Amino acid sequence: MTWDWQVFLNDDGSGRTYLQWMMDAWGWTLAVAGSSWVVAVTLGALMGTLRTLPNSPWLVRLSGIWVELFRNIPLLVQVFLWYFVVPKMFPAFQQVPGFVLVVFALGFFTSARIAEQVRAGIQALPKGQRYAGMAMGFTTAQTYRYVILPMAFRIILPPLTSESMNLLKNSSVAFAVSIAELTMFAMQAQEETSRGIEVYLAVTVLYAVSAFAVNRVFSFIEKKMQIPGFIVAGGTGGGH
Amino acid sequence: MLGLDLTFLNWDLLSKFVLGGLRFSVQLTLIATVGGILFGTLLALMRLSGNKVLMLPATIYVNGMRSVPLVMVILWCFLLVPGWMYSYLPNGENNRAEYSAIITFIAFEAAYFSEIMRAGIQSIPRGQVFAGQALGMTYGQNMRLVVLPQAFRNMLPVLLTQTIILFQDTSLVYAIGAYDLLKGFTTAGKIYGRPEEAYLLAAVVYFVICFALSWTVKRLQARIAIVR
Repeated sequence: MTWDWQVFLNDDGSGRTYLQWMMDAWGWTLAVAGSSWVVAVTLGALMGTLRTLPNSPWLVRLSGIWVELFRNIPLLVQVFLWYFVVPKMFPAFQQVPGFVLVVFALGFFTSARIAEQVRAGIQALPKGQRYAGMAMGFTTAQTYRYVILPMAFRIILPPLTSESMNLLKNSSVAFAVSIAELTMFAMQAQEETSRGIEVYLAVTVLYAVSAFAVNRVFSFIEKKMQIPGFIVAGGTGGGH
Repeated sequence: MLGLDLTFLNWDLLSKFVLGGLRFSVQLTLIATVGGILFGTLLALMRLSGNKVLMLPATIYVNGMRSVPLVMVILWCFLLVPGWMYSYLPNGENNRAEYSAIITFIAFEAAYFSEIMRAGIQSIPRGQVFAGQALGMTYGQNMRLVVLPQAFRNMLPVLLTQTIILFQDTSLVYAIGAYDLLKGFTTAGKIYGRPEEAYLLAAVVYFVICFALSWTVKRLQARIAIVR
């Protein structure tokens, strides 16, 4: 077998090279993953927090249903639901572009997983933290805002890192509803050029590079956010 | 109801289109779980062996697989498995996508299962290993009779949770057109002209299966925790 990397310089029929197409596709992948990440973290933090509220059984139940609903249906099926079923059931969604629907699908799916991590992070805190807030005369909202959440978020940074990398990889299912992202590019370019190995290799490398970049960004944030003497990254030292 | 019509649903449709798909999804899940745990354990042992020649390839394999989307691995495998291989498999020519999916899932899940098994092996106190050595056990005996059974048991809930995720992920064989549960529903939806309802039903079926399984795992976890 011989390599033929020149294939990336060929015209794809619309005046741009396959390389340019692939870069555009990379942009779409990052756009889908980035927008979904914002949705997922916002909703995940909200739902995860609601699940730990002390005196609101209905909110706890609501967020429990949310988590079970969005994590027990395969992502691909959820994408199809948002893309085909929701616009049919609610005509208002017919005007919403496909990109946004995919972002909802990925964002909601991931939010269920992040909610579980947030819940675990909050429950991992010693009970004394909550009592300390109460003893200071804080309301529940203030206790969460000033005492619990800042600590919980530092605890969940490592699992949030791998979930964010998962989100980036999961954005590949957007191919199923024809979003012009990397996997879609890989399938189409493979068909058009018959140089599948080169095309797939390039796309695979781009995914790996993106995932690695996410990993680096998060470990940077983790280092910056560290509070000396508390949750210790790397497991050395005593903590509290 | 909201522009949907579920009256097309009947047993005939289910047995004709959906059951075959469900059978393949379950088959794929079971084969990939067993194969993935076997190869995953092997990879974990390689990574923990302390021998560079074994550690390096295993580490590269596991980290490589884990940094690539499953859909890409599915596409890779479909592209790379040579055509003549299928002729050796029963009814292989007509089921290329299905066989390719099975190979993919074993290879892909092995990487994830190996991380679980590695954590499981590392959770066994060193004293257990030393006790085995003191009894004169070889490395193989020690692993087979002392370490792995305990590691497997400790990690059982995590392994099962991974299996549920694996079951959900089998829907991604959509990328190469293999006939799984989702495909069964979409095919029926197309034929009866009710694609939206078919997607909705597929979601319900997946939800019921996954929810029941994860509830079972939760129960199991509680039981194991008591026994310890």
